[in-house]
Amino acid sequence: MGTLMSQTVEASSATDDVLRPRNTPGRRLHGLLHRMPALSPLVVLIIACVIFTLANPRFVRPQNLSILLQQAAVVGSLAVGQTLVILTAGIDLSVGAIMVLACLVMGKLGAGGMPGPVAFLIGFFLSVLAAFLNGLLVTRIKLPPFIVTLGTLSIFTALSLIYAQGQTITLNGHSFLTWTGTTIQIGRFGLTVGVLLMLLLYVGFAYALRQTAWGRHLYATGNDPEAARLAGVRTNRVLLSAYVVAGAVFGIAAWILVGRISGADPNAGLNANLESITAVVIGGTSLFGGRGAVVGSLIGALIVQVFDNGLALIGVDPNYQVLAVGVLVIIAVAADQWIRSVKS
Amino acid sequence: MSTPVLQARGLVKMFGHVVGLDGVDLTLHSGEVLAVIGDNGAGKSTLIKCLSGAMIPDAGSILVDGSPVSFRSTQDARAAGIETVYQTLAVAPALDIASNLFLAREQRRPGILGSVFRMLDTGGMKKQASERIDELGITTLQNINQAVETLSGGQRQAVAVARAAAFGSKVVILDEPTAALGVRETGQVLTLVRDLRERGLGVILVSHNMPNVFEVADRVHIQRLGRCVGVVTPQSHTAAEAVAIMTGAARLADTEPGDGARQADPTADSGRSR
Repeated sequence: MGTLMSQTVEASSATDDVLRPRNTPGRRLHGLLHRMPALSPLVVLIIACVIFTLANPRFVRPQNLSILLQQAAVVGSLAVGQTLVILTAGIDLSVGAIMVLACLVMGKLGAGGMPGPVAFLIGFFLSVLAAFLNGLLVTRIKLPPFIVTLGTLSIFTALSLIYAQGQTITLNGHSFLTWTGTTIQIGRFGLTVGVLLMLLLYVGFAYALRQTAWGRHLYATGNDPEAARLAGVRTNRVLLSAYVVAGAVFGIAAWILVGRISGADPNAGLNANLESITAVVIGGTSLFGGRGAVVGSLIGALIVQVFDNGLALIGVDPNYQVLAVGVLVIIAVAADQWIRSVKS
Repeated sequence: MSTPVLQARGLVKMFGHVVGLDGVDLTLHSGEVLAVIGDNGAGKSTLIKCLSGAMIPDAGSILVDGSPVSFRSTQDARAAGIETVYQTLAVAPALDIASNLFLAREQRRPGILGSVFRMLDTGGMKKQASERIDELGITTLQNINQAVETLSGGQRQAVAVARAAAFGSKVVILDEPTAALGVRETGQVLTLVRDLRERGLGVILVSHNMPNVFEVADRVHIQRLGRCVGVVTPQSHTAAEAVAIMTGAARLADTEPGDGARQADPTADSGRSR
């Protein structure tokens, strides 16, 4: 028996090299994208920038790029929170509604004479609480995230409209709440505090997802919740934490929105729910969970903004921008499907 | 005889009206391989899950080194030195081998980087992972940075076994470890099982594969319809006899008339009724 076994071992190791799949260019590309899912959107972003620059050199002017970044700041920061939720194989349709609600609370309290930092903190905690509610419904009552957040989308939107009573709040000279809209000149670039805050969120969460146990557990839970649980990950806690931390991010996004529009408007974030998902998906994060990188979502948000801005500069009908983004989303999901297919 | 490293007494687990386990006793000593065999639905996986903390039994007790424990999660069982390789392997496909080995027991960097910034000691864990894998003599895993989903079935199995073997200090439970493997990989897993026994660990091996079971097991625990219907040894019974008991074609008493003394462990034999 023993000798038979060792003979088999030798025989099969000899055939091993023959049977090993050949290293075709397609397979190598597959391996590369598998390791770095944000690579393909980065290539798209670079190509788009080059094309728009060739078509209209005004595109690369620091002034234009600064505006572009400022326009991307709100959706870009929402996308950080959305990425966390999508990595757990969930989805949050209520991100924009949470942000607008928090934004209105901040604005209304601030306009009513409350000190800015206090108004901010109340709005911030409301945002965390709203996301916590989503997380509770998903982890405790085991409802599908899509349904939960579809419901809370309506609830939070209604609450915003009721609370605002159709008013738009303007904050003039409110230094703390509108501080995120202040421009900081860096070289020839005029960046707002909001843009820097967004970039800080990306740096922070890229670190948290890559370098901490929490990040690994988030990926493992999104990848295969049952396997993660059996391996000893407390998956329910990880899931809930993803929603709650995302809520904190939406609170920051609300602050950035207040600064951007110098006030609060119940209709300001109407499309933000879907735009954040668009940014995440274009950024190469898998809707099936456990795969992707937060930096991809920044690239995704920038791609949408670059198309918007670039096509406008060329003088193309803005509707084509919407069309182009739709095509990109489908291509991105198709690419993800290919990347996830692994032949062993 | 020394205190068993792992002991279960009268384990009961119900799934609604369906009986998963019906008062099962099990005894495992250090340095032995106990095989658990049984037909589909005999309660093998349920038994394993109760012992590894993945399920909480409705009644009965579990003792580790003679003292009672109550596992509320797999973490509790791990803390008690019991590691399990599940049939589904419980590996995260998109994570690399080293991350999977240290999943849910990540190590942080020393100093302020680890304590305040919660930074993982990725390099250290990778180093340890490849050391452990070398130590265990697993040759199929070459690149520790490879995502588990890019591995073959046998290699994934090796990752799961390596994880259990590297951290199990008392007991390693393997649920169908060779079911998806070829001849060569099966041989490697069985060698690993023998190594674990040599190191003085208790090993529980759940398997459908009778030749494998009778090749490595010291004792064979036979499950049938949620109960233990006998514990035999490869010396006292043939594989065919064990299968006959397992399927209900024969009873333990029939297969060895008048020779009950040759039973492997008189304290933990046939299933008791509640």
